[in-house]
Amino acid sequence: MTSGRPAAVALDGIAKRFGAVVALERVTLEVGDGEFVCFLGPSGCGKTTLLRIIAGLERQNLGTVRMAGRDVSGLPPRERNYGIVFQSYALFPNLTVARNVGYGLATRRVPRERIAARVDELLALVGLARHRDRYPAQLSGGEQQRVALARAVAPSPALLLLDEPLSALDARVRVALRAEIKALQRRLGITTIMVTHDQEEALTMADRIVVMNHGVVEQIGTPFQTYTEPASLFVARFVGRMNVLAAVASERPGWARVGRLELRHRAGAARPAGTRLALAIRPEEIRVGAPTHEAVDNRVAARVVTVQFLGAFARLSLALPGDGGPELECDLAGDALADAGAKEGAELALVLTPEALRVFPEPT
Amino acid sequence: MARDLARMIPERVVPRRLDAEHVVRWVFLALFAAFLWIFVLYPMLQVLWRSLLDNDGRVVGLANYLRYVRTPAIAASITNSLVVSAAAMVLTVVLAFVYAYALTRVRLPGRAVFRVAAMLPLFAPSLVHGFALVYLFGNNGIVTRQTGLNVGIYGVKGIVLAEVLYCFPHAVLILTTALAAADARLYDAAAALGAGRLRTFLTVTLPGVKYGLMSACFVTDFGAPKVLGGKTSVMATEIYNQVIGQQNFTMGATVSVVLLVPALLAVVVDRLVQRRQYALISSSARPLAPGGGPLTRCGLFLYCALIAAAITGVYVVVLATSLVSRWPYDLTLTLKHYRFDTAGGYTALLNSLETATLTALVGTAIAFAGAYLVEKGRTVASGPLYMVSLLPVSIPGMVLGLAYIFVFNAPGSPLNALYGTLTILVISNLVHYFTVPFLTATAALKQMDAEFEHVGASMGVPFYRTFWRVTVPMALPSIVGISMYFFLNAMVTLSAAVFLVAPGTELAAVAMLLMDDAGDTAQAAAMSVLIVAIGLVVRLVYGALLRGVTRRTQAWRGPAG
Repeated sequence: MTSGRPAAVALDGIAKRFGAVVALERVTLEVGDGEFVCFLGPSGCGKTTLLRIIAGLERQNLGTVRMAGRDVSGLPPRERNYGIVFQSYALFPNLTVARNVGYGLATRRVPRERIAARVDELLALVGLARHRDRYPAQLSGGEQQRVALARAVAPSPALLLLDEPLSALDARVRVALRAEIKALQRRLGITTIMVTHDQEEALTMADRIVVMNHGVVEQIGTPFQTYTEPASLFVARFVGRMNVLAAVASERPGWARVGRLELRHRAGAARPAGTRLALAIRPEEIRVGAPTHEAVDNRVAARVVTVQFLGAFARLSLALPGDGGPELECDLAGDALADAGAKEGAELALVLTPEALRVFPEPT
Repeated sequence: MARDLARMIPERVVPRRLDAEHVVRWVFLALFAAFLWIFVLYPMLQVLWRSLLDNDGRVVGLANYLRYVRTPAIAASITNSLVVSAAAMVLTVVLAFVYAYALTRVRLPGRAVFRVAAMLPLFAPSLVHGFALVYLFGNNGIVTRQTGLNVGIYGVKGIVLAEVLYCFPHAVLILTTALAAADARLYDAAAALGAGRLRTFLTVTLPGVKYGLMSACFVTDFGAPKVLGGKTSVMATEIYNQVIGQQNFTMGATVSVVLLVPALLAVVVDRLVQRRQYALISSSARPLAPGGGPLTRCGLFLYCALIAAAITGVYVVVLATSLVSRWPYDLTLTLKHYRFDTAGGYTALLNSLETATLTALVGTAIAFAGAYLVEKGRTVASGPLYMVSLLPVSIPGMVLGLAYIFVFNAPGSPLNALYGTLTILVISNLVHYFTVPFLTATAALKQMDAEFEHVGASMGVPFYRTFWRVTVPMALPSIVGISMYFFLNAMVTLSAAVFLVAPGTELAAVAMLLMDDAGDTAQAAAMSVLIVAIGLVVRLVYGALLRGVTRRTQAWRGPAG
């Protein structure tokens, strides 16, 4: 994007409504050449609508779509030069794997031998060369999705669109395919936009994530930024796990009250005392069992309510002091668990590290 | 706030550059809409309009309707139609339910034979059943002469019997489908609650299909009442009497409208109920295992054998009549009735074959393409086109025929060119039998992934190419079934055709009517034998074709191996 070349995809003020329902409110964003971007959000956030507008399968009410500087807003799908993979695979069941992959080439007046060569090349790339003469129904879900991927990239489009490509697959296949799709994308260097509601998928695959909610872009950033510096409480909650505490700004700048506790949080814009706030900290950011001689802020005593063993680590549910007070989730690795002596009913000394304690405006 | 935002965003979507594909799509949609307007809606509006005029073309409001109900001779047709329909419906449903139950729930020997026997009446024009009953129970019928007992087959009694024969296969089809599909757990639940078989039927099976049965049994048939009616007229024959007998077109239109309304209601209610019915058959439904004790099995076997024998017997009588010199006086075997010398030889049969073939070809293309445009096009036109496509099934043949006279035999209309041609017969068949194929095609298309066209479009493949290479091959079994439906119905149809044939374009069923009028029932019997034979042969050919298509498509449907 920093180079002089225009962005592979540039959306400017895209708005979409279905009757009285607003699906997208003026979305503006750019996707760089060769970049892998994920549209992430809960169902109904407008991510799929946005993808379909880029594809030309849906028409926006406002705004322009540009591809490599060319305004394609008014062009039908087939003049936009992209490949698309749907959640349902949408493989043609009456055509063999090879003919599915070659489908987009057959109409482009490509010589027969060139088509065959390209089909073989792509099938080898997705590891399905021996299935070329099978029919889609004879393949597993993961294999079918790889055929769909090969079919989408066969005509060498400038852009690859993936609409929840992994949602219909089993957990194990899904994880394996994530890496495969990412590797394929790197290898072809093709600009890719993927829609997903699975934050883990977005974190592992994307170069940049566009987090959306209610038709609005909440944040655009790398997976690391999105996870560590969520721009809004929504992002904080949607990406990864997050403890959220309802709080009130205290008289001391940089401090807030949660029930009877007063906690120091990350520096930010000063808020008048009494303003309602939300404090957020990730389960793995809570320190357990800090030596008592250390002089630190935000030292809190909490009681262990439950311990959930999750293999590599355990998730503790902790009750802060006060009746019906807030509960915190805290993740501890196996050895730390033993060191802290965390078992149900035990009292633990915690530190809610001020540098990890993010502050957001009032929670809704 | 959301509402303010909605106001800031314009209602219109950004304009799209018109491309060739869109133009093609809209041209086809416009053609389909024009087809439905010219051949369905406009003719029906004509009938409605004509019923408000007198024979000199003056608007008289509802005067015709008043005259209809106040003239006892004509008004009787309403009561007769209702009585016949009600009696035929009850008899048919009772007979067909036990039959369907035996076929689906009990493992009977010879089920395949019973299935075929029950379907036989579909292959013959309805007036054949009228003839057969006359041969058996008429004043000179074989039963009447042997026993000396005249049951008085002319009139309501005879019509009811003939209509039961006519409706039986439809009712068996509807009921076997419903019974085969019904969730066994519903039956288990009903049994656990102590409900008997009859109650289970009344509370579980019947509610789902009752309107379908009603529309199948509502008697709008013309053929059998024409042959058996004598002095008793039902509404369909009344239209004929008014139009052909008295040249009273406005009264014909009036009776038509009155006949159309209940038929229309039955179909609309059927559609509404069907929408709910799908929920009954959940994906986890457990199919019923055919069972039954030895006594039940024995009883049901006898029952089915009896019914199958009765139906088959009708056709045996018809066959026998056509093969002997003069039934029942001179039983020497002869083929002379197959010369059809009273009705111009084989012209009528050949016309029927040609019409049926054309109906099958053109009808299948229009029904499938129309369903595709409506189902996959998702344009503003889809809703209205779908609704109008449902109409034809509720239009009785006589009404359609009369409407076409109004439209295609109107002085000064350019559409007159069609009148008196085989084309108009093909069109009337195509419209008369349009709805079922249209719905079959729609169902087949609904099962396909909505994104096929999008995938094609993303790769620059025009939609019509994807239609041809993917959609059509996938729907081939449905397409074959649709064309068979068109062909078989076009072979036996009489009602609409009776108003539309002209010298040179007689159809087989119409020729049978003429032969009967001329007192040449043996030739009419011979004609029925040929029609049934052609129907059965075509059915066999289609069966083989369907198996071939299924085998070819099995490759991509089934798992490897």
